[in-house]
Amino acid sequence: MRVSSPKTMFEKVWDRHVVVPETADTPAVLFIDLHLTHEVTSPQAFQLLRERGMKLRRPDLTLATMDHSTPTRTEQVFGGQPISIESAARQVHQLEKNCAEFGVELLGLRHELRGIVHIIGPELGLTQPGRTIVCGDSHTSTHGAFGALAFGIGSTEVGHVLATQCLLQRRPKTLAIEVANALHPGVTAKDLILGIIGQIGVAGGTGHVIEYRGAAIRAMDMEARMTVCNMSIEAGARAGLIAPDETTFAYLKGKARAPRGAAWDEAVARWRELPSDSGARFDRTVNVDAAALEPMITYGTNPGMVVPITAPIPSRSGDAAFDKSLAYMGFTAGEPIRNQPVNVVFLGSCTNGRISDLRAAADVLRGHKVAKGVHLLVVPGSQQVRREAEKEGLDRVFIEAGADWRESGCSMCLGMNGDTVPKGEYCVSTSNRNFEGRQGVGARTLLASPLTAAATAIRGRVTDPRDLING
Amino acid sequence: MTAIKTLRSRTVVLPSTNIDTDQIMPARFLTTTTREGLGAHLFADWRYDAAGAPNPDFVLNRPEAKGCQVLVAGRNIGCGSSREHAPWGLVDYGFRAVISTEIADIFRNNSLKNGLLPVIVDGQTHEWLLANPGAEVTIDLESCTLTLPTGTAVKFPIDAFARYCLMNGVDELGYLLSKDAEIRAYEQRRA
Ligand code: SF4
Repeated sequence: MRVSSPKTMFEKVWDRHVVVPETADTPAVLFIDLHLTHEVTSPQAFQLLRERGMKLRRPDLTLATMDHSTPTRTEQVFGGQPISIESAARQVHQLEKNCAEFGVELLGLRHELRGIVHIIGPELGLTQPGRTIVCGDSHTSTHGAFGALAFGIGSTEVGHVLATQCLLQRRPKTLAIEVANALHPGVTAKDLILGIIGQIGVAGGTGHVIEYRGAAIRAMDMEARMTVCNMSIEAGARAGLIAPDETTFAYLKGKARAPRGAAWDEAVARWRELPSDSGARFDRTVNVDAAALEPMITYGTNPGMVVPITAPIPSRSGDAAFDKSLAYMGFTAGEPIRNQPVNVVFLGSCTNGRISDLRAAADVLRGHKVAKGVHLLVVPGSQQVRREAEKEGLDRVFIEAGADWRESGCSMCLGMNGDTVPKGEYCVSTSNRNFEGRQGVGARTLLASPLTAAATAIRGRVTDPRDLING
Repeated sequence: MTAIKTLRSRTVVLPSTNIDTDQIMPARFLTTTTREGLGAHLFADWRYDAAGAPNPDFVLNRPEAKGCQVLVAGRNIGCGSSREHAPWGLVDYGFRAVISTEIADIFRNNSLKNGLLPVIVDGQTHEWLLANPGAEVTIDLESCTLTLPTGTAVKFPIDAFARYCLMNGVDELGYLLSKDAEIRAYEQRRA
């Protein structure tokens, strides 16, 4: 018998999905196990099928939901009022029409399982180790937390998958990020990934699939692992992976669409084979010390412009783009980021809109009020998260603190549905992108963890959550 | 998709680094259900003021930008969101190539699928291009070279298959569909 050389987890998943191997002249044809789709990046893809008179190849491997342009106000979701943005309403109806025409299962606007596409895949148990998962959305990397090879694609590729259940892909390189030691209290998965992006840069992972490894990763629950993998794209990597382990299996067991009975045992046995073999070679390795991290916060207009919350805003002499970014933010190099006044706090998104994020924020907020003049918007990542939060009474904590409690969706993460930050205002946001205008024209975004967001909402100024947790 | 073999055009220069797809096509324009007409919103927040009037300082609004088909951008253009609306907007506006030292993965992929040529150059060539806006360059896909008006010619990397598709105006879906038997065999093996 041939002794095969040690393989990385990426290689194992990739090899298992190759339909036609790549050559110098042609990319590999890669089979896709799960295609998630939403209202914004799919209309042109369905149109392509229609123009060519084609059918959807694998409706059983396709699931649609709506999240990006959907309203978060209850009366606009459940009736009483129309969706306020007409083009968004059209897009929602277009998805309903496309799903009906092509036979795609749709978790539509009023469905109890609707939510942000990257929150519902895991929640339903569809996100499973070893699968290939794609979606017309760059944060598809989130699903990699389960040891699935998951990445974002464009609308043309959405059309390819609808038509053939396959994609043309060149094999990416691998990058191991070894995270040693443990995170301190008050320092979260969000701070870790922001720290990693600060270290390797926003293009540091371009062309690579990242595998996050090490003690700090193993110690995390699934929701924290999803937060880490979610922002792989902010480091330029299309996918992030974490090896499945007992934590992964415990999370998936009993989920609605996870395997059951004998199929479950078989699946777990298969999943145990997935982690990278010892001695497997990565193209690059980066080492990170979790114990050296503090709560992190961004001060500029890309996620790599990030500092520990106790540090001053840095300066880079002679870097015009850097100065332009600080000017947009209205910050001066050398001043502390701490205590900067804010107008809006957004708690939500596919990065930090899960139940553990809401619990962590509620623990900080309990018994406090949101500072005068600050708008705290809390948007659960899915309707399931919303119901669970209500069951636990978290909604009461938020509402009593003076927050706005909404239906699920992407909301202020990208402001497509009208939930925007007013021009020139500062928003501490638990989302993943602080680009110019991302949360609204002229909006100024500071990315941080749910703990930092909650502490900041109470004080109305950028606040180190450890001041409130310990104090 | 229109075939590209060679392209000769003056350049427009946007020197900012990390130009993300939210800048290229802000989210509020993504509620469209077609690809057409997005050129009007290209770089909207840089191109227009709050009242919707063209910002005279922005390069695309200057008279010399008219008719330019090549965009030279700072390092790492196209990072962020996977929205294909970004290359759709660039193509609809009239661009056929984007030049930088680094181009983000998903944006590069999306560009190739829409006849927008991503050209990656070395730092020195990039600096020359940034310093000489409006330079007339020639991009030849046959030889994979970019030629500057100084006569300097540099090679650029491009995936062989993507190059074939661009040169012949072929779309990749046709190729995937031709693998139907292999896909079916794979599905049976896995079932
Ligand atoms: S929450 Fe934000 S980042 Fe996540 S899918 Fe929605 S828009 Fe994209």
